[in-house]
Amino acid sequence: MSKTRTEARDDSELSIGQILKERGVSRRDFLKFCSTVTAALALPPSFAPSVARALDEVKRPPLVWLEFQGCTGDSEALLRSANPTVAEIILDILSVDYHETIMAAAGHQAEAALDKTITDYKGKYFAVIEGSIPMKDGGVYGCVGGKSHLERARQVCGGAAATIAIGTCASYGGIPAAAPNPTGAVGVKEAVPGATVINLPGCPCNADNLTATIVHYLVFNKIPALDGHGRPLFAYGKRIHDNCERRPHFDAGQYVEHWGDEGHRKGYCLYKMGCKGPATFHNCPTQRYNEKTAWPIGSGHPCVGCAEPQFWDVMSPMYRRLPNVPGFGIEHTADAIGLGLAAGAAGAFVVHGALSAMRKDKEPGEDAKED
Amino acid sequence: MSDRCKFKQYVWELPLRWFHWINVLAIVLLSGTGFLIGHPVTLGSTPSDYAMGWIRLIHFVAAYAFTVSVASRVVWSFIGNEHASWRAFFPMFSAKGREKLRHMIRYYTLQTHQVPETVGHNPLATTAYFALFLVYLGMILTGFAMYATHAPGGVMFRSLGFMYSHFSLQGMRLAHHFGMWLIFGFVINHIYSAWLMDIKEHGGEISSMFSGYKFTVKKGE
Repeated sequence: MSKTRTEARDDSELSIGQILKERGVSRRDFLKFCSTVTAALALPPSFAPSVARALDEVKRPPLVWLEFQGCTGDSEALLRSANPTVAEIILDILSVDYHETIMAAAGHQAEAALDKTITDYKGKYFAVIEGSIPMKDGGVYGCVGGKSHLERARQVCGGAAATIAIGTCASYGGIPAAAPNPTGAVGVKEAVPGATVINLPGCPCNADNLTATIVHYLVFNKIPALDGHGRPLFAYGKRIHDNCERRPHFDAGQYVEHWGDEGHRKGYCLYKMGCKGPATFHNCPTQRYNEKTAWPIGSGHPCVGCAEPQFWDVMSPMYRRLPNVPGFGIEHTADAIGLGLAAGAAGAFVVHGALSAMRKDKEPGEDAKED
Repeated sequence: MSDRCKFKQYVWELPLRWFHWINVLAIVLLSGTGFLIGHPVTLGSTPSDYAMGWIRLIHFVAAYAFTVSVASRVVWSFIGNEHASWRAFFPMFSAKGREKLRHMIRYYTLQTHQVPETVGHNPLATTAYFALFLVYLGMILTGFAMYATHAPGGVMFRSLGFMYSHFSLQGMRLAHHFGMWLIFGFVINHIYSAWLMDIKEHGGEISSMFSGYKFTVKKGE
């Protein structure tokens, strides 16, 4: 990742097309990339030339990447995105001025670079936030360079052209925000309500969706259309269940009953193993990971719903259809409780009926109080 | 045993009886198919079968029928007779209603031997029905909110937007299961009470939901 440069300013005047040419990315690879990203954006193939034209001419936007309360899984996913040119191109399109994990600079020097970028390019740079922001006790649970995450987020996201919350933690708080949420972790939009935030949840976020979001901004000069949870519709507009390659098995009524059973070996539907595909909006089935070769359900594991708000709490237990009921032991499913209630009601009425049968009640007559 | 002649009274009008029995049929179908959706059985032998598809289709058709029936019953509470009226559902807001409610509770808790006579709904029942209608509303909203996720951006999805912003889909799924059990609890109570009052009142309580007629000591208003 030596390409991530703090001296990157030198070629910031060049267009992306020129930079790619200089770096030896062939025209063919560039056009392939444009087609891929057009598909990721759910645009018709006829848009690919427009994407290529726009990217040819556009100047690289400066980008700062802040790591807050998270596991760096999204950085890992980006750096390991193996699709031939995509990773390279992301880093070539963007002038990554600050990224804790991969930058060469350290200490005060690095912090100075960040301050310089957000001052010099106010309103023009992208901010990518990874990890949640702890709010409890004035945000003391996360600090870099003596500044709390909350303070940094307000400063950086407030002045950005757009903030991309990458991963579920930055989008909605994610695992740090799981009950009992000891640090008061929240997503970027909740911590900095005034910022323009695009949520790219997922654990990790698919790097293709990050590229596509940035390309969308560069090509159309506006952020992509978002859903009610702030996610781009091109990537989060459909449920996993509705694009799942195992959907025919669901409709047919063919389910994995136990790990490693015949159905599991034949690739049947994982619904009974607690798959959260019916409750999760993401383009995993079509976009996939690892050079588009694999994704959880394709590998025989149910979806855990990592891209949804309140993941982890509402999506656990991973291998059951329904959430646990608060206040009851984990082995008590909702239906066991319901059955108990119904049986209790039936029992009570059996007793009441027996008592009523033994009583000599007075039938309504002229002296009846009613009517 | 009373040897007194009773008056035959037309209490339940035809639309109301239809709503009742459509609801019964819909709840039976919805619960049965709902069980199979929540706890599916491997019924398909090849991927080109459509067992779950048909089960879900029945669930959704019954859901639409149920929704139309419940909505129609609400409308009917404004145009039907006095027994069907919405006023009957809030006995606690009138002195007479409260008195009848108190008597009904005393009878149910075995504190009096005097069986209260009610021409239409008894006030305790309507109080329960009001709660039941709230459960119905919850079932309809959570059900259609989960259903509409197959077409995000569609009219139904957009009009149920408030559901998605307030509740998670898994939370709705859990509530949908609990709602069914609450309805089961109600059904057990309902059948028992109808049976009890049929025996104690001698007013044709159960057959009235087929014929519309009840038999009462006092001549109707």
